[in-house]
Amino acid sequence: MVFEYAPAPESAAIVDIRPSYGLFVGGEFTDGHGEPFKTVNPADESPLAEIACADAADVDRAVAAARAAFDTVWGPMPGAERAKYLYRIARIVQERSRELAVLESIDNGKPIRESRDVDVPLVAAHFFYYAGWADKLGHAGFGPDPRPVGVAGQVIPWNFPLLMLAWKIAPALACGNTVVLKPAETTPLTALLFAEICRQAELPPGVVNIVTGAGATGQALVEHPGIDKVAFTGSTEVGRQIARSVAGTSKRLTLELGGKAANIVYADAPLDQAVEGIVNGIFFNQGHVCCAGSRLLVQESAADELLERLKARMATLRVGDPLDKNTDVGAINSAAQLARIRELADAGEAEGAERWSPACELPGEGYWFAPTVFTGVAQSHRIAREEIFGPVLSVLTFRTPDEAVTKANNTPYGLSAGIWTEKGSLILWTAERLRAGVVWANTFNKFDPASPFGGYKESGFGREGGRHGLEAYLDA
Amino acid sequence: MPVADFGDAGGVSTETLTSAAELRAFLNGLPGVDRVGAEERAARLASRSIKTTAKAAAIDLAISMVDLTTLEGADTAGKVRALCAKAARPDPSDPSVPRVAAVCVYPDMVETAVAAVAGTPVKVASVATAFPSGRAPLAAKLADTEAAVAAGAAEIDMVIDRGAFLAGDLMKVHDEIVATKEACGDAHLKVILETGELATYDNVRRASWLAMRAGADFIKTSTGKVAPAATLPVTLVMLEAVRDYRAATGRRVGVKPAGGIRTTKDAIKYLVLVNETAGPDWLTPDMFRLGASSVLNDLLMQRRKLATGVYSGPDYFTLD
Repeated sequence: MVFEYAPAPESAAIVDIRPSYGLFVGGEFTDGHGEPFKTVNPADESPLAEIACADAADVDRAVAAARAAFDTVWGPMPGAERAKYLYRIARIVQERSRELAVLESIDNGKPIRESRDVDVPLVAAHFFYYAGWADKLGHAGFGPDPRPVGVAGQVIPWNFPLLMLAWKIAPALACGNTVVLKPAETTPLTALLFAEICRQAELPPGVVNIVTGAGATGQALVEHPGIDKVAFTGSTEVGRQIARSVAGTSKRLTLELGGKAANIVYADAPLDQAVEGIVNGIFFNQGHVCCAGSRLLVQESAADELLERLKARMATLRVGDPLDKNTDVGAINSAAQLARIRELADAGEAEGAERWSPACELPGEGYWFAPTVFTGVAQSHRIAREEIFGPVLSVLTFRTPDEAVTKANNTPYGLSAGIWTEKGSLILWTAERLRAGVVWANTFNKFDPASPFGGYKESGFGREGGRHGLEAYLDA
Repeated sequence: MPVADFGDAGGVSTETLTSAAELRAFLNGLPGVDRVGAEERAARLASRSIKTTAKAAAIDLAISMVDLTTLEGADTAGKVRALCAKAARPDPSDPSVPRVAAVCVYPDMVETAVAAVAGTPVKVASVATAFPSGRAPLAAKLADTEAAVAAGAAEIDMVIDRGAFLAGDLMKVHDEIVATKEACGDAHLKVILETGELATYDNVRRASWLAMRAGADFIKTSTGKVAPAATLPVTLVMLEAVRDYRAATGRRVGVKPAGGIRTTKDAIKYLVLVNETAGPDWLTPDMFRLGASSVLNDLLMQRRKLATGVYSGPDYFTLD
């Protein structure tokens, strides 16, 4: 019997999207003075809302509000008091989790299962975790009484809009800093809902400021002289520009950039779980994940069997409406990103790799790309070297553990890696040789607020999460 | 998958084809099961949302897969006849409700059950081989089986010797299945692994392959007398095993989770697991069964709720 799953859409009615949104500065929603822009639903290209754009003067206002809050309220406030606000925010995030998840899926295109089960719970977990640190900073290993840095300018990407906000704001506030945050141009809505949550939590005005806009707004923010610290998550290219602009100033900088992670599968791996890990590694969030396992390195002796299982598994992936609770792979976030994925996939074919996708019907409107695997990929191919940031897996083979490590490290990036084997000593041997900030063993794409995250080489520097994540926001 | 000589799939003795060393090497050569990953996958599939038309189809399919079971020391002919009546007409007020697949009883109740379901397509399954512990001499186990078959059982649910399995005497487990299969004649053989006593998923996968190589028509999780009984991850591992066994040999072996399946939600989770692991070929009562009894009334209640839009209380469904 064919068991068809009937549509099971999460109700979009739970969230009230306003026709237009302003900037969140000094605890108030205010007009922007740049050219407003629209954010669209990537699943059907329908416009969702008009968003204010912050120009240099708006950024200046936001930084001034953050400075005032830092000097008068948040900086002097005892850690135990700051913690209360963070706990309150965490609880409100949980209470409003359904609303946040639906809004995230509408604005970003990610499946509701992921925004509901991964993004939003992790957001709450981050605030809970850093709330716990706020009154214990003297025990974090950065001196007996570490001081905050001041005002942080934070620029975040569109792949995990609310989660990246939490990664940035929670540690900054716990340490006593105030922030001006710029969400990505294509995904501003959950950040603006978060602004409402700050008001609901009665967070003192100016502690969190949110300025929306495109690249120019971000540039105005990171170049603003009133900023003490810049934190950026996004592409390596923009990361380089920011590093240049911050060079020679007293600003502190952390960057979390791209990746081209190797997912190494040894022949003695638990194969069914490895297949799940590969799928989760590259098709989670449509592959819009900086730590995605985009290069599968499989031991040649197991390659045929693994690929056969992988393809059978990929054929069961459900691509479609992000709000359907049974969707596994949602929409590509933007037309620009879709064009980039297409360009690289075409380059993969042109360079001689073999392309395969399961039969899957893509919706007529919106931005979609079928889960794709390339076999016969060489290290020299673009699809093995460049970050695609889409649901495209490149498969390479290796013969020995040495070769696996050599190929895994042969990339300008170094954010994450995966190892699959039933042999514990081989996990340790491999992990200590991989130049990647995060190494997962017999799993992939696992996140926890207590675990530091960050890269080697062109994947950036600094760590977010855990005790290590405090350092960037303390004058230590 | 390491492809060895799979012995024979049809039911003739494989003793001459299988040595203890080869069997051990083969089973130990199967890919491992990562516990965390397997449980995560099962939980992910359990979060599928099955609504409206899909739910209606799933409920009818689940009803048709139920092995309605009574396995109590206190079973009587009256109890068994009531169960059989329920199996043939689960909801007397609604003839569109499908029949269940089989009734499952102890060997001494087979005759009663066969008479009670006569004229209906409902099959009679009997547990055998000193169910549930299996701690009896082989001759007694075979006599148990032969008696059930002679009384008319179409299906035999045997238990493996878990003690021998855990002690590493895999040949003993294998040969007992082969012997029981012979004793079954034309009756279908379901092999109960009692996964709650095997403890690890690696053992579940090895025992599944062992049973399939020895000629099992079905592999079944549990007796229902040991906790934990059927779980989603255990069933997932067994479904992967039958999928891989078919790829290697071409023969399809059925799967039956038993025990602990009480609600429609539970039943539907199992169907999703089948659909996305072994595939649609297993979504038939010939290839997948639910060993349960209380789940049937919940399926009937949910079925009527879907059809009429209102819940009928439990008093509107028969307790047998």
